[in-house]
Amino acid sequence: MFDVNNIRKDFPILSRTVNGNPLVYFDNAATSQTPNQVIEVIADYYRNYNSNIHRGVHTLSQEATDAYEAARNKIKTHFNAAKAHEIILTSGTTHSINIVASGYSEILKEGDELIVSAMEHHSNIVPWQMLCERTGAILKVIPMIQSGVLEMNVFEALLSKKTKLVFVNHVSNALGTVNPIAEIITKAHSVGAKVLIDGAQASPHLKADVQALDIDYYVTSAHKLCGPTGVGMLYGKEELLNTLPPYQGGGEMIAEVTFEKTTYADLPHKFEAGTPNIAGGIAFGAALDYMNGIGFDTIAAYEHELLEYATTKLKEIEGLKIYGEAPQKTAVVSFNINEIHPYDIGSILDKLGIAVRTGHHCAQPVMDFYKIPGTVRASFSFYNTKEEIDLMIIALNRAIQMLQ
Amino acid sequence: MSIQDIQEEIIEEFAMFDDWMQRYEYMIELGKSLPLIDEQFKTDDNIIKGCQSKVWVHAELNSDQLEFTADSDAIITKGIIAILIRTFSNQHPKDILAADTAFIDQIGLKEHLSPTRANGLVSMIKQIKMYAIAFQTQLK
Repeated sequence: MFDVNNIRKDFPILSRTVNGNPLVYFDNAATSQTPNQVIEVIADYYRNYNSNIHRGVHTLSQEATDAYEAARNKIKTHFNAAKAHEIILTSGTTHSINIVASGYSEILKEGDELIVSAMEHHSNIVPWQMLCERTGAILKVIPMIQSGVLEMNVFEALLSKKTKLVFVNHVSNALGTVNPIAEIITKAHSVGAKVLIDGAQASPHLKADVQALDIDYYVTSAHKLCGPTGVGMLYGKEELLNTLPPYQGGGEMIAEVTFEKTTYADLPHKFEAGTPNIAGGIAFGAALDYMNGIGFDTIAAYEHELLEYATTKLKEIEGLKIYGEAPQKTAVVSFNINEIHPYDIGSILDKLGIAVRTGHHCAQPVMDFYKIPGTVRASFSFYNTKEEIDLMIIALNRAIQMLQ
Repeated sequence: MSIQDIQEEIIEEFAMFDDWMQRYEYMIELGKSLPLIDEQFKTDDNIIKGCQSKVWVHAELNSDQLEFTADSDAIITKGIIAILIRTFSNQHPKDILAADTAFIDQIGLKEHLSPTRANGLVSMIKQIKMYAIAFQTQLK
């Protein structure tokens, strides 16, 4: 049975105070909190078997390598990849996207087309813009409607034999929209285009089965799903990763080095130059264990309850406008109240111990679409409660009083 | 009044309040008295884009003193600008260059001058100092 009060005991940070008030943490879409089970795994690594992996003959190195590769296997199983070496451990989503974008600069020709959605995070726009500058490829955009839903008929019209890559987030960070990735993938594949799905916002809330969805590339960060910062993954189909050139040169990614020629290591090492974030990788696996222990269906159902509750309560506030009202949403509410600046609301809420995100959420095109400078964004996790939402509503009313 | 004197005066004013809400309400009130930047200067050149809020600032030289006008799209940011400008405006460029903003800590608003807030205030102070350097050269 899911009992949020028991779950909360796993997260030591949830019992601290901020500015004299109990912390209410509603910035989960930016980063999630870390349970003891994951913190202990990190501490255990440094206390007991810290050493460099993949090349030591000594026991510690073997233990660290085993733990690191076991984590890779957990990630593989979680996303249902066919092979463990299709999981590249990276420093996070941004790094993962850059590996693919950089690789495509040797594949694309002038006049090739890439398609992006109107609701992307900057990290899923800028690397591709840089790629277009390098190659002469053209970037096209799938527009969205007011509710924050992509215009799929326009997407279809944009697709052609020239389309080489489509990159869309599974879930929008600014709006919470769950995008129809199955349909996007099928349609993109029908013209021979490959698809990269940015799963940073989706993976804390729902499981993506990369084989069932026939995903070409899937990327995410561990810190969004109860893991540490500085580690993430790039899933890619084996045959695709084999055609991509390496991103960084260095140790670990080579098979043989002479001054005349270096041959690269096989997957996944080809993309894992240098000493990786070993403790982070192991903890990534522990975070997936933790979340799977609770169960993603349970998490999704409870978070949906929080979303519905928060949406109803927020709508009772006069002058409050919600941005992003897609029928399929994760537990994210982006809003503004009358003409009050999000920064002002965020500052008052912080004084009351409530952490929300304010600003453009690294998605300026989304803000431009709604012609607003930014929003206040409350994003919920399975360790949040309805009581905390009530505290936010009280705080918002206080902020309105002060600011209007 | 010297910058130092004005800052001490502000510290005294804020010492009257016993909680943050009163301080914030007073700061918001002060924001309303901010000498607003003339619309003609509210240009992209004068804009300081924070990730969070926008700040505009403009300077003019009156004999040997600098006079600042400004604005922001966020009320709290505007309140802090008003406090800062009260200390820097109508001062000699060399005094502006020598002044610091440590008094903001003492009135309990430190967090707003943190670069992580990305509200444009840190850049605004830099901009004010740049104006002071520019006009000081002009005065020589």
